[in-house]
Amino acid sequence: MAVESLEQPIQGREFEDRVSVATQRQLIWWRFKRHKLALVASIVVAMFYLVVVFADFLATSDPSDSEAFRGLMPIQAIKFFDGVKPNLQVCKIEGERDLQTFKRVYVRDCNDTTEIGLFAHGYKYKLFGFIPTDRHLIGMSDRSLRAEDHIYLLGTDKQGRDMYSRLIFGTRISLTIGLFGVGLSIFLGIFLGAISGFYGGLIDNLIQRVVEIVRSIPAIPLYMGMAAAFPPDWSILRIYFAITIVISLFAWTDLARVIRGKFLSMRDEDFVMAALIAGASQRRIIFRHMLPSFYSHIIAAASLALPFMIITETTLSFLGLGLRPPAISWGVLLKDAQNVQTIALTPWLLIPAIPVIVVILALNFMGDGLRDAADPYSS
Amino acid sequence: MTAISQNQDPKPLVEIKELKKYFPIHKGFLRREVGAVRAVDDVSFYINEGETVGLVGESGCGKTTTARCIVKAIDATAGEIMYRTVDGSTVDLTQLSNAEMRPLRRDIQMIFQDPFSSLNPRMTIFEIISEPLLVNNIGTRQEREDRVHELLNQVGLRQEFMQRFPHAFSGGQRQRIGIARALAAQPRLIIADEPVSGLDVSVQAQVLNLMMDLQDDFSLTYLFVSHDLNVINQISDRVVVMYVGRVVEVGTPKELFSSPKHPYTAALMSALPKPDPKQKRQRTVLEGEVANPAAPPAGCYFHPRCPHAIELCKTEAPGMEEISPGRFVSCHRASELDLAGVSIPASAD
Amino acid sequence: MSSGEIVTRSDEASRNPLLQVKGLETHFFTDEGTVLAVDGAEFEVYAGRTLGIVGESGCGKSVTAKSILQIVDRPGRVVDGEIIYSPRSEPERDLLKLGANSHEMRTVRGGEISMIFQEPISSFSPVHTFGNQIIEAIKLHTDLNNDAAYDLAVKWLERVGIPNPQQRLSEYPHQFSGGQRQRAMIAMALCTDPRILIADEPTTALDVTTQAQILDLLLQLRDENEMAIIFITHDLGVIAEIADDVAVMYLGQVVETAPVEEIFESPKHPYTTALLNSIPSMVAAPRDRLPSITGAIPHPQNRPSGCPFHPRCPSFIPDVCNQREPSNTMIDSDRKVRCFLHEAI
Repeated sequence: MAVESLEQPIQGREFEDRVSVATQRQLIWWRFKRHKLALVASIVVAMFYLVVVFADFLATSDPSDSEAFRGLMPIQAIKFFDGVKPNLQVCKIEGERDLQTFKRVYVRDCNDTTEIGLFAHGYKYKLFGFIPTDRHLIGMSDRSLRAEDHIYLLGTDKQGRDMYSRLIFGTRISLTIGLFGVGLSIFLGIFLGAISGFYGGLIDNLIQRVVEIVRSIPAIPLYMGMAAAFPPDWSILRIYFAITIVISLFAWTDLARVIRGKFLSMRDEDFVMAALIAGASQRRIIFRHMLPSFYSHIIAAASLALPFMIITETTLSFLGLGLRPPAISWGVLLKDAQNVQTIALTPWLLIPAIPVIVVILALNFMGDGLRDAADPYSS
Repeated sequence: MTAISQNQDPKPLVEIKELKKYFPIHKGFLRREVGAVRAVDDVSFYINEGETVGLVGESGCGKTTTARCIVKAIDATAGEIMYRTVDGSTVDLTQLSNAEMRPLRRDIQMIFQDPFSSLNPRMTIFEIISEPLLVNNIGTRQEREDRVHELLNQVGLRQEFMQRFPHAFSGGQRQRIGIARALAAQPRLIIADEPVSGLDVSVQAQVLNLMMDLQDDFSLTYLFVSHDLNVINQISDRVVVMYVGRVVEVGTPKELFSSPKHPYTAALMSALPKPDPKQKRQRTVLEGEVANPAAPPAGCYFHPRCPHAIELCKTEAPGMEEISPGRFVSCHRASELDLAGVSIPASAD
Repeated sequence: MSSGEIVTRSDEASRNPLLQVKGLETHFFTDEGTVLAVDGAEFEVYAGRTLGIVGESGCGKSVTAKSILQIVDRPGRVVDGEIIYSPRSEPERDLLKLGANSHEMRTVRGGEISMIFQEPISSFSPVHTFGNQIIEAIKLHTDLNNDAAYDLAVKWLERVGIPNPQQRLSEYPHQFSGGQRQRAMIAMALCTDPRILIADEPTTALDVTTQAQILDLLLQLRDENEMAIIFITHDLGVIAEIADDVAVMYLGQVVETAPVEEIFESPKHPYTTALLNSIPSMVAAPRDRLPSITGAIPHPQNRPSGCPFHPRCPSFIPDVCNQREPSNTMIDSDRKVRCFLHEAI
């Protein structure tokens, strides 16, 4: 009987059970947790997506409710105390037309305030798409007053629509357009990258040259051409999907390269050869041995493809090549800010740029953290 | 050029005949084939059932490629690999398709050099060891579990290791897991590709002892590939020495070490550092570098470095000659040279 | 044929050690805890002699070498100890007291104490020609101008046995073969005429025949320049070939030092004995079982109490070996052991 000296597993006491039974996924999670910046970034991203789900609840006004009298109002101030009593209020803003310049001039009067409340009533909507309710996070305490006429937390745009609510709704479209695009480009990237890496040779050569061509096409002129090709009578939804598809056709190249590289290196791994020698079928080798190594890389690549999608949509819409009103996205909102007047007179119209920057940064940090954590064997 | 002894009794378990494996070199935009790396260039030897054959040589000699051809991890370019199946018939592995090879795979298994890349990091030890059983449809789930328990016992690992992942284990332990996996489907032949080269000295001894015990217990046949002559001596019944894709000499360890017949074998023996400071080498330190398998010299591949080369060596490659039963040399001057081997002190035992 | 003589300690020049390492402690501060990579190492190096440091993985031999030159990778740090360097006709200095990046240390590093590594390909910059790199080294440590440095480089390449030195100087490291790269690294390390050469597993990655050439070369060069060599390896055969004195390391400590013949003939520490017994050798009868050391090297975070070898020691003394650490006992003018079996009470 060949029972040799029985060895201890190599980790220290505290490690022994935790690390050795940890699956790959757990190892990756632990490494990710150590990357503080990535962790914070993930929380930020999660919060943004909560906004997407609860958009109606968080908004104060119906984003399409317009009123000329409310046009281009500045940011309202919130008062938290009435004397010593805690009481949420907004300062009233009175506007009148200056008869000499014919411009509307606004005056803020903080002695005359309107009370607002949390979980107040507002316009009607369906939570999650099927629960009818009219409760919002912030609204008028007095039910007889309309939030649209009194609350403009981030000012209003030219047509008198509440910027804060439009920003919330813009989040919805800007962040979800990215998701569909990412899904499509992941599919393309994996498919083409796997074929490239697995078969090699001429097919590999061909696909790699296609990748290079796609990457070298100047994006904006191409988008302009495509936008011109969209028939003007298409519905918002159709344009939305068409744009998603167009963007995806350019975003798959990164993932394809990563997958191809991984496939090439996987083929030489000893354990893949061991499986072959044991008698495993090609299918089992691909799905059970090779593919699982990719998941972490795919997730990392996806979280880095997402910001690309978002910023592309924002850019396109900003240039008028993508979504158009009445659709609301950050890019569409920023289109209104496309003039000098904005910087000088109505700077709050530029606020939609802030969430763009924050989300892109957060997604990049999160993606970096994921990418570093994805390979637990590189120290 | 075969290496079958006249006096050999039963048919060997594996007979490798004139095996060749060339890797094409592609250059240029259109990837034209401009040449080939002759990794294995006419190799012949045999392995008897129950013995351990050591395959030794320096880097680039083709021993790993030969091993991979035998186990059909890669396909040979030319030659035959005659394998004697359980029912006594002989089949040429190079002629089999993937499907035809599948049922024979459980007979021939492999142990790898690198303990860190030979186990799938995403599978538990149980899944790794039971894979040969699973893919060959051997046993029920319960039977497979029992078998893994048994194997862990045999290689000296604790039962609770079954649910753990490879990253928790040391190099020596991973090699044991690899050995357990190779044994799972009860193979007849195990190709061990440098199984102890990546391990510490003290762990090497444990793993070698384990392999020898297992061989006795289960009547295994080993092809042991290594560059370490000391290990080869310890474990082999017969040794095949390779140089740049060719076999230069075959014999028992004792024969090779005390009276080598090929100048390369003699040089290898004398180059080996001996763990005895009194025996500082009187050696023939070989000049030059190992020949390039993509552009080998004409004639005998070893001639540019050989202190005994003659004109014939530069133009004609020597064939394999059986100078005594089981003893093969590939050298034009084999019968006339008197080469120094390793002097084994009388106190050896 | 090269030197095979055993140089004894009676030589004048080697009476006083060229380098003395005392109580060296190098720790690695990782997230999971502190690893005592080197835990009180002591040994001496003499001019014209080779000290072989032998041990298995985790014994700290590479970290020790790097500590001498203060090039330990983060998160490691030399925490304690003295490294007294006393070349002839110069005052002695404690190298650890010099700042790692100080001018003095940089003069020593590469100038008086050179190092060669296991993987030559990663020791060279791939984007500079070899000539560039060796001439840079020469100019850093000497006053020679470009032309003189070039001539010296050519001379050294010839000296280490590389054919066509002028051509090689204009080539890139990847164009050299493995053996030639190692020779080139030796040339670069020795062109500044160091007093000590530290060789960290320089032949481990080489074939047996190439290894023999490199070992020969090192011995020749050592004899010519009266240089000291610290040769680190796990291969006891190589130690027998090249070392005059041997230091055996286990888990960060030097457990035994002795002249090479005595280590092989009469090892005093149980680990040394067990190690010698467990190596496969040509002289053993084939198919013999090798006496192996029970257990495995403990994880650095799982250091045993007392003597680090006690869980695996066949001569374990209960309540002694696991309670205290043995001190370095001198059992001869040139032998030291860290073991209770030899400790004077």
